[in-house]
Amino acid sequence: MLAGIALTLVSIWYGQHHGLMPVQASEDAALVDGLFDTMMIVGTGIFLLVEGVILICLFKFRRRPGDDTDGPPIAGNIPLEILWTAIPVVIVLVIGVYSFEVYRIEGGFDPEAAEQSPIQVAMVSNSDVSTPLMAPQHKGHHHLALGVGATPDEMTTAPDLTVNVLGLQYAWIFTYPDTGVTTGELHLPAGKDVKLVIKAQDVLHAFWLPQFRLKQDAIPGQDAELRFTPQRVGEYPIICAELCGPYHGAMGSKLYVQEADEFDQWLQQQVASQSNADSTVALQPSEPTDADYLSAMADHVGVDASVLERLPHTLSSPSELVPVSLVGPQG
Amino acid sequence: MTQAEALSETRSSHDHHPGPQRKWQDYFTFNTDHKVIGIQYLVLSFIFFGIGGIMADLIRTELKTPATDFVSPEMYNQLLTLHGTIMIFLWIIPAGSGLANYLIPLMIGARDMAFPKMNALAFWMLPPAGILLALSILFDAPQAGWTSYPPLSIMTGKVGEGIWIFSLLVLGTSSILGAINFFTTILLMRVPSMPLTAMPLFCWSMLATSALILIGTPVLAGALILLAFDLLAGTAFFNPTGGGDPIVYQHMFWFYSHPAVYIMILPLFGVISEIIPVHSRKPIFGYLAIAYSSLAISFLGLIVWAHHMFTSGTPAWLRMFFMITTMVIAVPTGIKVFSWLATMWGGKIALNSAMLFAMGFVGEFVIGGISGVMVASVPFDIHVHDTYFVVAHLHYVLFGGSVFGIFAAIYHWFPKMTGRMVNEPLGIVHFILTLIGMNLTFMPMHALGLQGMNRRIALYDPQFQPLNELCTIGSYILAVSALPFLVNMIWSWIKGREAGDNPWNALTLEWQTSSPPAIENFETLPVLRWGPYDYGVERIPEDIEPPLTSPELQPESSALS
Ligand SMILES: [Cu+2]
Ligand SMILES: [Cu+2]
Repeated sequence: MLAGIALTLVSIWYGQHHGLMPVQASEDAALVDGLFDTMMIVGTGIFLLVEGVILICLFKFRRRPGDDTDGPPIAGNIPLEILWTAIPVVIVLVIGVYSFEVYRIEGGFDPEAAEQSPIQVAMVSNSDVSTPLMAPQHKGHHHLALGVGATPDEMTTAPDLTVNVLGLQYAWIFTYPDTGVTTGELHLPAGKDVKLVIKAQDVLHAFWLPQFRLKQDAIPGQDAELRFTPQRVGEYPIICAELCGPYHGAMGSKLYVQEADEFDQWLQQQVASQSNADSTVALQPSEPTDADYLSAMADHVGVDASVLERLPHTLSSPSELVPVSLVGPQG
Repeated sequence: MTQAEALSETRSSHDHHPGPQRKWQDYFTFNTDHKVIGIQYLVLSFIFFGIGGIMADLIRTELKTPATDFVSPEMYNQLLTLHGTIMIFLWIIPAGSGLANYLIPLMIGARDMAFPKMNALAFWMLPPAGILLALSILFDAPQAGWTSYPPLSIMTGKVGEGIWIFSLLVLGTSSILGAINFFTTILLMRVPSMPLTAMPLFCWSMLATSALILIGTPVLAGALILLAFDLLAGTAFFNPTGGGDPIVYQHMFWFYSHPAVYIMILPLFGVISEIIPVHSRKPIFGYLAIAYSSLAISFLGLIVWAHHMFTSGTPAWLRMFFMITTMVIAVPTGIKVFSWLATMWGGKIALNSAMLFAMGFVGEFVIGGISGVMVASVPFDIHVHDTYFVVAHLHYVLFGGSVFGIFAAIYHWFPKMTGRMVNEPLGIVHFILTLIGMNLTFMPMHALGLQGMNRRIALYDPQFQPLNELCTIGSYILAVSALPFLVNMIWSWIKGREAGDNPWNALTLEWQTSSPPAIENFETLPVLRWGPYDYGVERIPEDIEPPLTSPELQPESSALS
């Protein structure tokens, strides 16, 4: 009895003080952490119970020297067995419903992605950019809503900002369709409802924001989205979480969440500098060689030189880097 | 008469008839004796455990520092691909097959498997496929991970990927042949006095395992053949450049590869259900619940595969469906864990190597089970998918679970297989080193994943270095732990103390014949005179015919005389 109370208290305490999660940079993150803490409480309880029983068996029920009789012939106990079937059922039910709710509030059931896709198909086919990767797949998959969409409250409103995210070996490229700005690192305004449209150019990648507890695979030929509201100003890692080749570990970038006015300032700067510099990359995908293409991105992306050096070997065939619209649907 | 006396009488009756024994050369031939094949499987799988383990330590050495300073990034991906593939397809699965081959006929009172030639064929498919795969590291190894997702897998080296596909097709075929044998043998070749519900629980778990292999493996083969077409013939089943769908591969792959987890763990669930009652001297707690939970796990295991795809091309309803089915598996698994605990509770536990590994199994596996329910939760899995949290989870299931189970099985049945006892102090040193090494290697990985370290990377953020160093030290301890085990096995096999036929006073049929068993297993087919776990139960005196025996069916055999 006393042990049971102690076990419960320890579990409840540890479940909330494990300190295992990184900073919460959005409300979604807090939601997921609440779920994780709950699972940690239950998990710690089960862990302590099982390990405790094993330790008791180890010390209390060990065979004494010279005693080679058998133990008591207890082959079952129906009420007890019903109990330890029913308790996990209840736990699983509670965690299942809780997970479902968190997923719903995050925006997991957002139907927008399904509505959105046909429009995108139209947009893509209107633009004169050749998109051999994208074109045939949209028809097959526009019914799938992939990723995490708008929260139930935001379902009816358009996002404040849309950014197109393209994953390729071994970089992320971000395009702000409203302004045509293309960058290698992501800047977002705090407190704004942001939608990332995630695509991949060559192989599977996964777009992971640990501090936002959000992840979505980037799939060639199949768009996905992550929609969320960054709350906390700061600098956060962007990580590719799906094996995409030898330099997979080097494929990352930075997310800067800025106050809205700082973000606007940054965006204006980018518009100014890109309109007289390399707008070719963004607006006219001629066919740059792999190395040119990537070295232009290198300083944005933060890929180190040794990685770039080796790229021509890993991406030898030109077909692996198909020019794709970096701009996406123009508003 | 106490059970020990009854058993010692049984034993002495066997001592008069030491059957003919195998010669060492037999183990290198196409032999159809299930015991030879079982040992062939086990020895081969341990060799690949060593190879896969060396690869793991190379990986951990690379990860000691954040930079890629030990092997090239290409080599790193080859190592992680081969490590995963070898440990799954050439270590845990064949080790399970080895135990099943050795034990099933003995446990059900049969003289061999149902299809002995097919059985030998299944084994002899392993060495060529395994050697080819392992040697590929010398020229061009696969490097797209053991999951081998396209399009990456069809864009990196054709030779390596081709070898990977070929090996897996061969290994898969072998696995199917083995499963047909287990399934048929268990269902049709039990001694007439043994109904399904008097069968040792290991046989129940192999029944469930075989069903999974038979349903799942053909789908994997389908995926691999289509992948091979994409790779070699330029088709576009999975290649998006030609209009293919890489997500379809993921569905097909995981339709097999999630059940593969149960193919790897269910046989060891069976092993644990055998070992715990014997060394606790108590009947297994809730025999039927454990037996049926194997079947439940096997069935549920077939409808959870997309939980590996919660961040992939899966819509919301699919994610929710697979979340619920996955979580439900916790129920039958929990039944097993609690039943094992209840079996030990109040027992007279012999703390030998076999039992320590079995208790370690329960204690470590439960950690993997808890994190398993966590990763089933979609919103949480979105955060930890493809991170070290998952690496930690799967190693608690497959190392803390399966590998501990295999070691427990080896220590428990070593006297059966060789007629000699293992060296207990060495076994206990092995257990303690394994326990420490295992937790030091894999426990910090939970934190790494939650904090933001993704998997399958050779270089990582320097903030993760301290925990990675711990993991690396742990992996070296695991490497060292192999030494006492190896010494113990070799020394005990040659010079170990004579075991007698039934050193544990166990009640299942495999212990009611000589150790090691004669070529034909049983001189006269045994008749069940007690349940497999009737410890502490007053047993029927020898001179009374046991109720389950029907003499018409057993013309030659009287009870164990
Ligand atoms: Cu990537
Ligand atoms: Cu799975």
